[in-house]
Amino acid sequence: MRELIWLIPLIPLLSSVTLMLSSGKFPRLLIGLLGVGSVGSAALLTLALGLDFMANPEVVQLTLWTWMQVGSFAPGVAFYFDGLTLVMMSVITGVGFLIHLFSTEFMEDDVSYARYFAYLNMFVAAMLVLVMADNLLLLYLGWEGVGVCSYLLVGFWYQNSANGQAARKAFIVTRIGDTAMALGLLLLFTELGTLNIQSMVGAANESWQVGDTLPLVACLLLLGGAVGKSAQLPLHTWLPDAMAGPTPVSALIHAATMVTAGVYLIARTHGLFLLAPTAMVVVAIIGITTSLIAAFTALMQSDIKRILAYSTISQIGYMFLALGVGAWTAGIFHLMTHAFFKALLFLGSGAIIHCLHHEHNIFKMGGLRSKMPVTFWSFMIGSAALAALPMTSGFFSKDQILLEAYQFPDIGPWLWFAGLCGALLTAMYSFRLVFVVFFGQVKTEPDKDTGWRMALPLSVLCGLSLVGGYFIIPVESVFPMSTGTHPAHWVEYVSISVPLVGLLLAYLIFQSGQLRVDGLVNSAIGKIMRQFWLSGWGIDWLYERLFVRPYYAFASLLKAEPVDAVYGLVVTFNEALNGWLSQSQTGRMRWYITSMVAGLVVLVAVALQLSPEAI
Amino acid sequence: MDGLNIPLNHVLLVSSLLFVIGLLGLMIRRNIIFILMSLEVMLNAAALAFVGAGAYWGQPDGQVVFMLILTVAAAEVAVGLGLVLQIQRRFKTLDMDHANRMGG
Repeated sequence: MRELIWLIPLIPLLSSVTLMLSSGKFPRLLIGLLGVGSVGSAALLTLALGLDFMANPEVVQLTLWTWMQVGSFAPGVAFYFDGLTLVMMSVITGVGFLIHLFSTEFMEDDVSYARYFAYLNMFVAAMLVLVMADNLLLLYLGWEGVGVCSYLLVGFWYQNSANGQAARKAFIVTRIGDTAMALGLLLLFTELGTLNIQSMVGAANESWQVGDTLPLVACLLLLGGAVGKSAQLPLHTWLPDAMAGPTPVSALIHAATMVTAGVYLIARTHGLFLLAPTAMVVVAIIGITTSLIAAFTALMQSDIKRILAYSTISQIGYMFLALGVGAWTAGIFHLMTHAFFKALLFLGSGAIIHCLHHEHNIFKMGGLRSKMPVTFWSFMIGSAALAALPMTSGFFSKDQILLEAYQFPDIGPWLWFAGLCGALLTAMYSFRLVFVVFFGQVKTEPDKDTGWRMALPLSVLCGLSLVGGYFIIPVESVFPMSTGTHPAHWVEYVSISVPLVGLLLAYLIFQSGQLRVDGLVNSAIGKIMRQFWLSGWGIDWLYERLFVRPYYAFASLLKAEPVDAVYGLVVTFNEALNGWLSQSQTGRMRWYITSMVAGLVVLVAVALQLSPEAI
Repeated sequence: MDGLNIPLNHVLLVSSLLFVIGLLGLMIRRNIIFILMSLEVMLNAAALAFVGAGAYWGQPDGQVVFMLILTVAAAEVAVGLGLVLQIQRRFKTLDMDHANRMGG
């Protein structure tokens, strides 16, 4: 069984290639069967593998072939399978399968049905390669593969040029991080002589001391890649725009799997990060800052998908916080539960968008509770898990992160407090969404309710979002045990009660209206802050002026070819000389003779002047 | 050497004068017949210089070269007169400035 793990990424890849070569000539049923079936069978294989692993937890290392051989550099197409890989694979294939099934209904009227599934299957294959790779180079292949698929799927409806713009933004911004990551790989290879993750971490522990500069630089470069892919400060601006893609794509790529690749990368190379405590503090601070900034922004948005996008950024911030404080297990655990409830919320919003004539504005929705009961309950459960209400899956993972953050030396209580503020905001924005969309007056009539292909994935994800917190992920052998003692009880009580306060606030403000905030919102400072938060803390505005416009200006300068202009001077000079000299070619023989004589006279005169003794 | 004894300087002076006269004719005259005649004058100026120099050094080479120049001049005039006939037929003029076909 363990020898067959290469089948798991291969099946979606083959299906993707088949769909690409079909040039859209397959019947829709066959396309759906191929697209969903391939990921479904990958999910079944992963399930069987998981059961096998539970019975006999043994790490598998499988080298298929040597990718290339250049001197001592011989990365293999090789897979490494342990508990962490299993968790990631289960999320990718399991949640991926549900989202594929959902897509068959969401995309049923789309002309590019085959293209959609070809890209989506390709994404699953690339993401599986990313998490299964046993060396950083193969991981990088998967890393770039998911980036390409993300680009293709964000710009899926390419007839609208704004979507193409969003796709390019997603690609270019993540590319900035990827460049840092590539530099990190080069540094690690030159210093340690291998890119195989396990032996690299071993070599690093032998040759480097905790707190050295080299591991710090390497970790910060890897962090650059992770920050780009996982949409953290300062490279998070692409994710809200990436919502231009179809909603199931947002659920799969921009919530459940691809954006968590950065978290996976740091968790996978945690052996390196343990050598660089400074880098870990940076990870934690980036995480908590992003989390707070994105939460404030989510509170102001009116586009349902943008709310969820900022929420995703915020939740990945929590995962980074967990990684930064060394709570590896909690971070991966939150990755998994977040995949469940955020996929649920995105698919729920997809169902609303599908049934409401592609309406995105939450203030044009309302009273959908009785019209779309399945979606309503999906949102209730998803929001409860997102807000970390007790006994939902999000509660267990987020609570664990906050408790471990509290025990972090020096800045721990501050991180914990900031995390609590984020949790309060999370509860507020998620239930604001629920109250505005599902309660109150009906503003837009849905023209249909969800079919079974939408309802089934929603129901399964509802179940997972509720009970996901009781799963025990088999990563204890991957990560070092957390050594922290249990903090005081009041810390735990506060952590539990804060989301409930957020829920209450959201209820009072957005539902019962007992808490009037109009005065605050309409005051001068309130308006400014509202606009500031609505625009995502003006970061897009800043980047537009700091990078995009100078770049365009530079590009248009280069378009005029300033370097060539210098060489152009030589041409201009020669052409002028030519024009001037060709004036002398008149065709008059007498003129020729006269100029010859004149030239001769000048030459003789010069010769005499230079050497008078020749006379 | 007895009898007529002309200093070399005088010969060269006459030769130079002839050469300049020919050159000026070449530069000033427009009629191709006169241009050819000026050429002949210049050739003969050179030939005179050769003869004078040969007499001065007591060598026969000067006269040999004179014979050569005479031949070259005859050949040149033969070709030149042929060209003159062609120019007269084609352009109906012997003015070289009007026979110019170049745009420059």
